[in-house]
Amino acid sequence: MPKLPAPPLPKSLKPKPKRPGEGNGNGNGNGAVGLSHPVAEAGVSAVDWIDERTSLSGGIRWMLFRKVPRGVNWFYTLGSATMFAFLSQAVTGVFLAMYYRPDATGGAYESMRYITDQAFLGQFVRGMHKWGSSVMVILIFLHMARTFFFGAYKYPREMTWIIGVVLLILTMAMSFTGYLLPFDQRAYWATIVGVNINGTGPFIGPYLSDFLRAGPEFGATTLSRFYAIHMLLLPGLIIALIGAHLWLITKLGISAPPWLKGEPDPELEQTEV
Amino acid sequence: MADRHKQTKSKYTLDRKVPGAFEGETVTRRRLMGLGVNGAGIVAASAFLLPALGFAIGPIFSREPFEWQPIGPPADFTQDTYKTETVTIVPGLGEVGKSTAYVRARNPAIDTEPADQYNQFIALSSRCMHLGCPVRFTAAAARFICPCHGGVYNFRGIPVGGPPVRPLDRFYTRVNNGLVELGPRYSVNSELRRFSARDPGQPLDGIGQYLYPARFSTSVLPKN
Ligand code: HEM
Ligand code: FES
Repeated sequence: MPKLPAPPLPKSLKPKPKRPGEGNGNGNGNGAVGLSHPVAEAGVSAVDWIDERTSLSGGIRWMLFRKVPRGVNWFYTLGSATMFAFLSQAVTGVFLAMYYRPDATGGAYESMRYITDQAFLGQFVRGMHKWGSSVMVILIFLHMARTFFFGAYKYPREMTWIIGVVLLILTMAMSFTGYLLPFDQRAYWATIVGVNINGTGPFIGPYLSDFLRAGPEFGATTLSRFYAIHMLLLPGLIIALIGAHLWLITKLGISAPPWLKGEPDPELEQTEV
Repeated sequence: MADRHKQTKSKYTLDRKVPGAFEGETVTRRRLMGLGVNGAGIVAASAFLLPALGFAIGPIFSREPFEWQPIGPPADFTQDTYKTETVTIVPGLGEVGKSTAYVRARNPAIDTEPADQYNQFIALSSRCMHLGCPVRFTAAAARFICPCHGGVYNFRGIPVGGPPVRPLDRFYTRVNNGLVELGPRYSVNSELRRFSARDPGQPLDGIGQYLYPARFSTSVLPKN
């Protein structure tokens, strides 16, 4: 394995080299860097214990301390921003799910009212989830625009782009299924319209909307169906695909901005005689 | 065409000099094991995938039952204006399962579609045929107007403006025990020919009737 660069720690946190003759607490006074405090050592040995059995540290360094080309800029942070927007949705969504009831006869609306009016910080967390969903959609489009205009979809990164397109579709499906959940007039009619737009697809459209509604009419199970898709099926798929997306990014390295001229390696320029 | 390789390669593992081959054996044990393991995996995966998939798509194939719903004596309904009636589309769901029908008596002077036992009273569904918002009958204009994208229908429910793709859906009506009753919903094309209920946004003229086939799930009139 190639030697990986050391983490960029500030000077004050870097371990000081031992003075000659000083022990390292392990009893071998060979000058190797060591920690003498038993508590600090317990932490180190716990990390070592895990690492010896999993080799996780190599993977973490592979992921976090990789080389990036010159000229990367703030636009390269849009992907991470999208990921953090998703994480915020996932965390706030899990806590909303503790109060939410997908009951079409009125329970859903009442549980949303409870979250908004009674639950401690409920309005705030609901607001985070509601506004955060728009933030995520905006960020995912900005991130897509960055990769498009920087030509980052080109060889060998086509698969990263394709996975991104699936993530975009899944995010849209998230927004569509989530919009029904407050179960107020806007949610209800917007979903009716959305399902009917699905239905206008030729041949399979009518069956697709039967599938979405669980029947020919908006019925008792439509809401719970949307809820299960919204909080179980789609988040699971999104998490798996974000993992694949990040793995490809790390494996292939981030692309250089298009205005950067490739610089030939001076060693390759030398003419061998 | 004769396959040249067939002659040279024996089907017996012994002839092919597979190590440890038995007399008369045709499939290597490695290959048999591979088939067995893959087969077992397929069986195990199908055992949970197929039922789950069937469960998820089942509602597409189950036909909705319906009941005739009495809405009042025939004298309640006139030929020149609509009366608003609440119909239950999905029972047991409260408000969400209800919809609105606009009902009037058939007027042979304007209702040119052929008369039969099911359209002595004209019952229009309030569902807009653009994308399904609820239309409202405006008596002063004798028009149905949709709040969502400006769809307008004339007195007979035929679109005269905006994006709707076909006339308003209708309910079968009949008179039973001295009361007008509403049956299942059905769709019509621009000549008011009947089709089993389609979703909004699906035109039924010309090629539309083939692009948007009937579904298994819509309730139909029992044959009498
Ligand atoms: C990709 C991420 C997500 C997006 C884009 C998204 C989008 C939405 C939207 C648009 C709403 C409607 C909000 C409103 O009008 O108030 C909503 C509601 C909801 N979501 Fe999500 N969601 C995401 C992730 C999650 C996750 C991971 C869960 C749970 C595991 C979840 C659970 C809920 C619940 C319980 C509601 C109902 C509460 C409410 O409407 O405020 N969501 N979601
Ligand atoms: S839903 Fe009525 S005009 Fe669009």
